[in-house]
Amino acid sequence: MAQTVFAPWDDPNEKPLIQFKNVTKRFGEFIAIDDLTQDIYSKEFFALLGPSGCGKTTMMRILAGFETPTEGQILISGQDMSHVPPNKRAVNMMFQSYALFPHLSVWDNIAFGLKREGKDKDTIAARVEEMLRLTRLDRFAKRKPHQISGGQRQRVALARSLAKAPKLLLLDEPLGALDKKLRQDTQFELMDIQEKTGTTFVIVTHDQEEAMTVASRVAVMDEGKIVQVATPDEIYEAPNSIYVADFIGDVNLIEGRAEARMSPATPRDQIEPTTTPDPEGAPPPPAKPDAPQPNAYGEWLQNTLLFPFLGKRAPNPKELPAPSETKPTPALQSPVKTGGIALHWADGHPPIVVANGDPQLAGAAVTLALRPEKLNIAKNKPDTPNALPGTVIDIGYLGNLSTYHVQLDNGPMVKVQVTNVRRIARRDITWEDAVWVSFSETSGVVLKG
Amino acid sequence: MTRFSWFNATALTLGFAFLYLPMIILVVYSFNASQLVTVWAGFSTRWYGEVLRNEEFLNAAWVTLKVAVISSSIATVLGTMAAYVLVRAGRFSGRTLFSGMIYAPLVMPEVITGLSLLLLFIGIGLDRGVLTIVLAHTTFSMCYVSVVVSSRLISFDQSLEEAALDLGCSPFEAFRLVTLPIIAPAVISGWLLAFTLSLDDLVIASFTTGPSATTLPIKIFSAVRLGVSPEINALSTIMIAIVTVGVITASLVTKQAAVRQARDEQLAERPL
Repeated sequence: MAQTVFAPWDDPNEKPLIQFKNVTKRFGEFIAIDDLTQDIYSKEFFALLGPSGCGKTTMMRILAGFETPTEGQILISGQDMSHVPPNKRAVNMMFQSYALFPHLSVWDNIAFGLKREGKDKDTIAARVEEMLRLTRLDRFAKRKPHQISGGQRQRVALARSLAKAPKLLLLDEPLGALDKKLRQDTQFELMDIQEKTGTTFVIVTHDQEEAMTVASRVAVMDEGKIVQVATPDEIYEAPNSIYVADFIGDVNLIEGRAEARMSPATPRDQIEPTTTPDPEGAPPPPAKPDAPQPNAYGEWLQNTLLFPFLGKRAPNPKELPAPSETKPTPALQSPVKTGGIALHWADGHPPIVVANGDPQLAGAAVTLALRPEKLNIAKNKPDTPNALPGTVIDIGYLGNLSTYHVQLDNGPMVKVQVTNVRRIARRDITWEDAVWVSFSETSGVVLKG
Repeated sequence: MTRFSWFNATALTLGFAFLYLPMIILVVYSFNASQLVTVWAGFSTRWYGEVLRNEEFLNAAWVTLKVAVISSSIATVLGTMAAYVLVRAGRFSGRTLFSGMIYAPLVMPEVITGLSLLLLFIGIGLDRGVLTIVLAHTTFSMCYVSVVVSSRLISFDQSLEEAALDLGCSPFEAFRLVTLPIIAPAVISGWLLAFTLSLDDLVIASFTTGPSATTLPIKIFSAVRLGVSPEINALSTIMIAIVTVGVITASLVTKQAAVRQARDEQLAERPL
């Protein structure tokens, strides 16, 4: 049952379908694409994501053949395509405006490309019928484009661009004109069709949710360069720059100065009893692995064999916050991971512990990127390595989620997202409340700058 | 709804009277039995018969029609090409100059256009006749066609052409199979415009014509110089009738197409 993970980009033997080699495109003074090198593999669903004007559409138009690169090479299946006109490429494109021919019926629109190939009538008819079935348009074959709805037009455009069975299908903001609900359905439909046909898809979009949903890899672009190429989860959880972290999803950015954590130096002993927000001082010391904690095996040993001599191991003596306050924490506190860096982010506050930070960054100005859903909010100070005091400024109720805007004391505003698991909204945290925002030592990503 | 007021009614009456009174008088007198144009002597259709028996008038009408059809067809092809290039070529240095040069003949006094064409034809030793009128009419009506067609091309979604190229068309096939069918209404109205311009042109035609080719406007003009005859009134009324029928038909066809389009679109919005 185990499915091999689709990751041709990690396989050194795999030959890329598309290769951009130092491609630069200038329009007069304006540099649309700046010395870009990128491989795209067969059967990938590759998303180009970025704000408008970042060069993503130009990249696609170069692939389609509507623009020629000013410098560099573009190869498809190893062939230099830089000067091959669009009608001689095994590449088809689905346009943002759909570009359906208004004077032709749905059937003739889909058959258009096949007729240009000079195929015989029966072959064309069979292929068009197949496309109509694939896109569930059988009933509308005789209609003109202006006689069908927006969603149907989108499917005609898709069917038309797939009819010639291209090696590569380019999709330019394919779902931009659809409303949200229809867009979400269509995203899954697109993935389904991509899987069925085995075509390589390159999609251009400015909608990060769309890119994350459909793509096998996402390339985040800015000013003619690709900033990061990675799988959606990697882009989200391990962005390589502030730009990417900020562009994809919601993020809290906390600026500060990094310091390498000296593992054995700071004892972790004062952490236990503090359960009420301390007005001043007594900050939780930077956590560190302390006096040996039993691992699961040791605990089992004590509780099953050694308890006659030693007594049962006391349940965790620490008072846990009320269950409604934080996500359930395991009864057994796992030791805080060693290594990483400590982030000095505000005067009078203990540094933030980031176990996954790169100690090489010590001394540098860095930014900690924290996703709102990885933060917890509580009235009482929780026992986590990182707990920052603040005040609730705003609460946004979104139905499935609630977002708390918390002004950290001496610090920036952060967003905390809490899933509304229970039907009755939690009332105990409200505007102007003093709260603790907490997160684990591995929740954030430390970024340069 | 604007309320009826005496001011509105008067303005409307005066305006329309100003526009149509001369023509009404002409039409009325074309049914005059009298030889004298300004003396009413009872209703008659006799002058219509005279016109249709007049060999010279019929010849002139035939020449005019021939010139109009040929010149407007050539002008449509050339004007469409010019419009296509100007709209599609994008920005190049001197573009404003080029499009200005296309439109300049629109505002050029006809006398100057006619005179310069005459000088050209004499210069290259071309015998004046039907051919020279056709060339002259093509020259000036081409700009009108290119204005009409380029205004349509500007609003034409260029991605349609790109889609055609993408699906395997050569640039010419893309134009023939996609662009042309879509801009066809503009091309046809450009042709109609060129046709009417050629039909009623007097100035340029009289500069460039020769003894062998007399168009209807020239014929009427020279006949009127010898005195207005009821025959001319009848001929003019026929021309008014043809133009009126043509205009009404064209607008009806256009309107019907628009109504059908609107209905289709409403149909498409409805959930299925």
